[in-house]
Amino acid sequence: MHAEEKFTDATWPASPEKATLEGKNKYLGFWLFLGGETVLFASLFATYLALKDKVPDDNMALAKDLFELPLTFIATMLLLTSSLTSVYAMYHMKNRDFKKMQSWLLVTVLLGAAFLGLEVYEFNHYVHEFGHTFTSSAFGSSFYTLVGFHGGHVAFGLMWIISLMVRNAKRGLNLYNAPKFYLASLYWHFIDVVWVFIFTVVYLMGMVG
Amino acid sequence: MANEQSNSANPNFNLKYRRKQSAEEMKHQVVTFVLMIFFTLIAFAAVAIEGISPWFIRPTLLLLAAVQVIFQLYYFMHMKHKGHGAITLFIFSGLLVGLITVLAFVTIVWL
Repeated sequence: MHAEEKFTDATWPASPEKATLEGKNKYLGFWLFLGGETVLFASLFATYLALKDKVPDDNMALAKDLFELPLTFIATMLLLTSSLTSVYAMYHMKNRDFKKMQSWLLVTVLLGAAFLGLEVYEFNHYVHEFGHTFTSSAFGSSFYTLVGFHGGHVAFGLMWIISLMVRNAKRGLNLYNAPKFYLASLYWHFIDVVWVFIFTVVYLMGMVG
Repeated sequence: MANEQSNSANPNFNLKYRRKQSAEEMKHQVVTFVLMIFFTLIAFAAVAIEGISPWFIRPTLLLLAAVQVIFQLYYFMHMKHKGHGAITLFIFSGLLVGLITVLAFVTIVWL
């Protein structure tokens, strides 16, 4: 199979993302990258755990003063749901339904953008209400580095998915872009995996004390 | 290869079968999602309800997170399918190095 081949619903391969050699190689390479990303985020988590609540002044806000359950809960639900909608997008890709795939990707992008908006509001709130900034304490530096790096990944993922949607809007689905869409969705799931650890280790365990 | 069935004498029959199969898989994905939401709710409830010992909550939260990640990797990211040997090696190597890093930092600070 090659990238320019024409397909019907019946001849469309069951795993279009791995039907070409290029697709296979991309798939393997991308998972290697995700293994590296795991190490990157683990080192940021380790730094955060080591520096949590390390503030120079007793009056400064600690984790249990800052975090609030409702905000974290809404953010978690948004990101978790966006993970499911990207699964729907890939389901329609395998059924060769380009329009439905694009619509589900759009829902994913909107949910991701809402998550990002919430994070901006949250950071702004910490800075102005609590004086909790990147340079105010070691706790602040490690918190913003970890959570901000995740937010940066969300922003990058959004731009990635949007560019794919726009660039391929008229092209439709073929074996050239199927691996591209598939990898973007894998990246999006990985972002959710990292968030599961962030809401558990940073927010929930921070509130437990 | 996975797409060999499309060369058979009756592609339309295969198409019907494949559609049914992928619809079935999608159903499993939705069940996975419902379970993940459920685990998330337990985790948040454990923190919201007062009076539970932190020494009980902390390991419970970590366990719930681990289960969710396994769901995400094996169902949403399709690691449960065949041909994911190299990928499993990559991600678990990453997790191993990551876990050692976290353990090292945490023990240095806490001991």
